[in-house]
Amino acid sequence: MKSFRAFVIKEFKHIFRDVRTLVILFGMPIVLVVLFGFAITTEINNAKIAVLDLAHDNYSHRLLDKISSSGYFNIADDLQSYSEIEKSFSQGDIKLAVVIGENFGKKMINEKDADIQIITDASDPNTANIVSGYLTAVIQAFTLETGVVKPPKVTVKSQMLYNPENKSVFMFVPGVMTIILMLVSAMMTSITIAKEKELGTMEILLVSPLKPYVIIIGKIIPYLFLSLINAITILLLGLFVFQIPMHGDYLLLLSEVFLFIVSSLILGLLISAISDTQQAAMLISMLGLMLPTILLSGFIFPISSMPEILQYLSDTLPAKWFIIIIKSIMLKGAGIKVIAFETAFIAIITLILGILTVKKFKIRLE
Amino acid sequence: MIKVENVIKNYGSVEALKGVSFEVEKGQLYGLIGPDGSGKTSLFRILTSLLIPTGGKASVKGFDTVKDYKSIRKIVGYMPEHFSLYMDLTVEENLQFFATVFNTTVEENYHLIEDIYKMLEPFKDRRAGALSGGMKQKLALSCALIHKPDVLLLDEPTTGVDPVSRKEFWDMLRKLKDTGLTTLVSTPFMDDAELCDEVALIQNGNILTIDTPANVAAKYPHKLWKVETENNYKTLKALDNFEEKISAFSFGHSVHLATNDNVPEKAIREHLLKSNIKVDKIEPIKASIEDVFMELMR
Repeated sequence: MKSFRAFVIKEFKHIFRDVRTLVILFGMPIVLVVLFGFAITTEINNAKIAVLDLAHDNYSHRLLDKISSSGYFNIADDLQSYSEIEKSFSQGDIKLAVVIGENFGKKMINEKDADIQIITDASDPNTANIVSGYLTAVIQAFTLETGVVKPPKVTVKSQMLYNPENKSVFMFVPGVMTIILMLVSAMMTSITIAKEKELGTMEILLVSPLKPYVIIIGKIIPYLFLSLINAITILLLGLFVFQIPMHGDYLLLLSEVFLFIVSSLILGLLISAISDTQQAAMLISMLGLMLPTILLSGFIFPISSMPEILQYLSDTLPAKWFIIIIKSIMLKGAGIKVIAFETAFIAIITLILGILTVKKFKIRLE
Repeated sequence: MIKVENVIKNYGSVEALKGVSFEVEKGQLYGLIGPDGSGKTSLFRILTSLLIPTGGKASVKGFDTVKDYKSIRKIVGYMPEHFSLYMDLTVEENLQFFATVFNTTVEENYHLIEDIYKMLEPFKDRRAGALSGGMKQKLALSCALIHKPDVLLLDEPTTGVDPVSRKEFWDMLRKLKDTGLTTLVSTPFMDDAELCDEVALIQNGNILTIDTPANVAAKYPHKLWKVETENNYKTLKALDNFEEKISAFSFGHSVHLATNDNVPEKAIREHLLKSNIKVDKIEPIKASIEDVFMELMR
């Protein structure tokens, strides 16, 4: 027990004496959350657009007022002819051009059918889709408002449950938390064990009465502790800075976080068992863990639009299920019954990896 | 205390040890002498239970290195070839850590390391990574000794250490021997060998000879000359067609020439003069372990 305590204290000293480790441990989470929360966002604010108003009547002016007052768009360029559209796209950084057809007002009143053309810059398809979607919504609202055009008989009203304003930060915070926990737990643990191998200290530890499980648990405990602190920091940032609602049970949330950390730690141990240098451990964690987690967990790219094979692959990632769990608890207020399947899945994967790790741990050098 | 019987170690198709046998008595300071790549480290890893031999068996204090690896790990003090302490921990923290890992305290066994540690004490708050080579090695030795091991296994402890520290280190090993500690130490330096009680010369995974350093040197079968000239290379070249030559090697500023017993100094001098080489000095010398090693490797 005394040697175990000494081991854990030694681990903490390694962590707190290495500036790089500290930066990764405590700087990264905050930077990532803030980056994803503020900078990388799929929401549209003040997107620059160009306008070609061929009508210049009362209605077209009202429509343009409506567009510019929506807050989503900023009319940066007032064009005079079709030929200027191309130029505007290539010169300015406009995301979209809108063309109001001739006799816009008259057509609206007399024919109940007026023309508006939206031209987007599809070299960035995601943004193009989103801005044209926003603009269509604004124009629809305008037509309803004028009362000139009767709404069609079937009205589709979609409602965004759990995230009514479609805020991307609701998606990013659980995603970032998953990545950070993976990074801290799996990557850092694998690196610290590989470091002992690389520096030769593992050779001395092995030739000592220390039991292998003491070495393993002694390595895990500090990172378990630090991962929990990180998770709580990210949660607090999400709750208070980004105003993510918390409808579920805190204890349940923290237990799920704990489970995920343990599963990541064991993954890290497994990686360290198969890599002899810090670089190898880092590469395997990066390519084998971080990339799949970022790309396949549904954090950035929707799983439903992936090829079928990748969808199956993403099913095997604890990260995917963890993101679902976090969102269910926080946004939907789900209880353990709702997320039982996801939880059981992570638990089983953890168990399998655990057994594998114990089998793989070498009591010798070969 | 240490028994190695016909130990073979293969890494794939590479044969690192080809049937090595030797025995170390209790209280001996035993030297394993050989150049890099001769299999010394493999042997140490087998003795510390870190590697399983491909063939043969080894034991330390009666414990088999494969079966009883747990017992072995309690009784040996091991210093691997490369400095293996925690660079980011201080001198004192390293020592305390290894003491605790072996279920003891620094205070309990301080008398064992007192002589060595006294030299380190002024730097006890310095991180191990910031120590000089000689200091690092003293710290590593302290850490290997702190749990009062029955057997001390030192793999090339003096490689990369300055001559003064090297001498100090060997003085310490002699002192430790006086306390009854059994020590197996490997080194590529032939002059280290003279300080051991018994040495085994190892080359390419084979033991060449085992004896006391004095006897090893006395085993040299030829007459040996130290030849000092203006240029070693020219001398060696000129000696190529010297009929009485058995072997000639460059040793620092001179050439060690082995000849048949009845060759007079004059014959050598005349042969060299014939090749227009200015001879400074030719004298008969006693063979050192290095000469024996060169002879055995020939």
